[in-house]
Amino acid sequence: MNDNLLEVSDLSVHYPGRAAWFFQKAEPKKAVDGISFVVPKGKTVGLVGESGSGKTTTGRAIVKLAPLTAGKILYHGEDIGVLSNSDFLPWRKKIQMIFQDPYNSLNPRADILSILSEPLEIHFPQMTRADREARCAELLRSVQLPAEHLRRHPHEFSGGQRQRIGIARALAVQPELIICDEPVSALDVSVQAEVVNLLQDLQEQFGLTYLFIAHDLAVVEHVSDHILVMSKGKIVEHGTPAEILGNPQQAYTKTLLAAVPRF
Amino acid sequence: MSAEPLLKVQDLSVTFRTGDRETVAAEGVSYELAAGEVLAVVGESGSGKSVSALALTRLLPPEPSCSLSGSVKLAGVELLGLPEDKLAKVRGGSIAYIFQEPGTSLNPVYTIGFQIGEAVALHRPDVKDVEAEVIRSLAEVHINDPERVANQYPHELSGGMQQRAMIAMALACNPQILVADEPTTALDVTIQKEIMDLLARLRRERGMSIVLITHNFGIIANFADKVAVMWKGRIVESGPVEQIMRTQSHPYTKALIACIPRLGQRRRRLTTLSDELKVSR
Repeated sequence: MNDNLLEVSDLSVHYPGRAAWFFQKAEPKKAVDGISFVVPKGKTVGLVGESGSGKTTTGRAIVKLAPLTAGKILYHGEDIGVLSNSDFLPWRKKIQMIFQDPYNSLNPRADILSILSEPLEIHFPQMTRADREARCAELLRSVQLPAEHLRRHPHEFSGGQRQRIGIARALAVQPELIICDEPVSALDVSVQAEVVNLLQDLQEQFGLTYLFIAHDLAVVEHVSDHILVMSKGKIVEHGTPAEILGNPQQAYTKTLLAAVPRF
Repeated sequence: MSAEPLLKVQDLSVTFRTGDRETVAAEGVSYELAAGEVLAVVGESGSGKSVSALALTRLLPPEPSCSLSGSVKLAGVELLGLPEDKLAKVRGGSIAYIFQEPGTSLNPVYTIGFQIGEAVALHRPDVKDVEAEVIRSLAEVHINDPERVANQYPHELSGGMQQRAMIAMALACNPQILVADEPTTALDVTIQKEIMDLLARLRRERGMSIVLITHNFGIIANFADKVAVMWKGRIVESGPVEQIMRTQSHPYTKALIACIPRLGQRRRRLTTLSDELKVSR
């Protein structure tokens, strides 16, 4: 019917607040407050905002890592927001996530083979051990790491290499949509460029769709087809990179742009 | 005598020893820093920029696992051979540090006020009213309601506030030199701007020198006077900031600047260090 992979409407995530007095009604903390957006298939939508703006919560709500208070999340036209955790399992295969901190998102006691095998065991139970190992080696090659590294542990890798492993783990189940939550914020400039290029190559190769969450406007501008600017739980402005950077309408977007040191 | 810089580092080398393997983390590092000057040290992870800054006051493992050579002179006094008790006075006293992750630099089980007070009591025994000094230093870094923050624990503060508390602690001892090791890497752009504006103001008001370790060229262009580019443990290029930003003579510096995505200059692909250096070698 249309080519929107993901359609989010009026999404809210509220957390119970703390009442000042015992008998007072607690005001909920509105982490995400009624936002709507679409992510077209094969495109990259950038989501920017400062810490606490609700951008990460938005990404997490889509994959049920944050509780939904209200709103609809349509994936290929199907409402996935109302599903229970067990009914959601097949969608976890289609929607994967890459996390910010490559040091904390990999189990330090597992080797790379078991880190990459785990999603395969869950989503492809019919795969044999040998098939899984072959697939893991192929995954490492697709993120430009040597396949011999399968027996190594996370501490033996640099930050950039760990982020590649995080990407390989997301790719393992052949997802359609990847939610990238600040994938390059913890990396230094030279490694950042390599990881950004890798993400773009993989998008081309596998026809992936990205929701790219970051606070670095220059990176978001570089990767995105469409940008959403979030502040205090709401989307305050959206448009193409040229529109957002060339002619920002909202005061908040202007502040965000002015804060970027230029040279 | 006027030619004597505040800090003069000459031929500083740091070598780590693990088992029978030696790793040279920094080699032949030399620079000078005048009072009130900001020197930016850039380079990627592992280039030796942090290690060479920690070596100034020997904030490194003891011999024989780590050995230093060269010379570090602070106002004419050699720091490298200094006995441990004298060096302890320099650390945090004349040369103070702030680090990348304020959350891990603060002790989680003590209040902010206690931790700043500890530094004041240690380095400035003449201060009678430590508590007032703590409040004053928190107010100086633009913390609203310093009395309340002094009684809070690190986990109750945001990243930006934690970094301000770290800066307040560093400044409480009136240092001549502040070493800021990636002070804003963990913070987002708007908070980054606030912290950098704060450091710029403190430098202006106090005439304090800053060694700024970073990989963000945007910050360097707006904030530093001089730049030293480190690669594989050595300074490969150094000079005034305008010169380095305009014309880079070393291929590594060129490559480092080329790989940064810039606002309003969309490219199809980002240049990486390996493409750049391959071409220029």
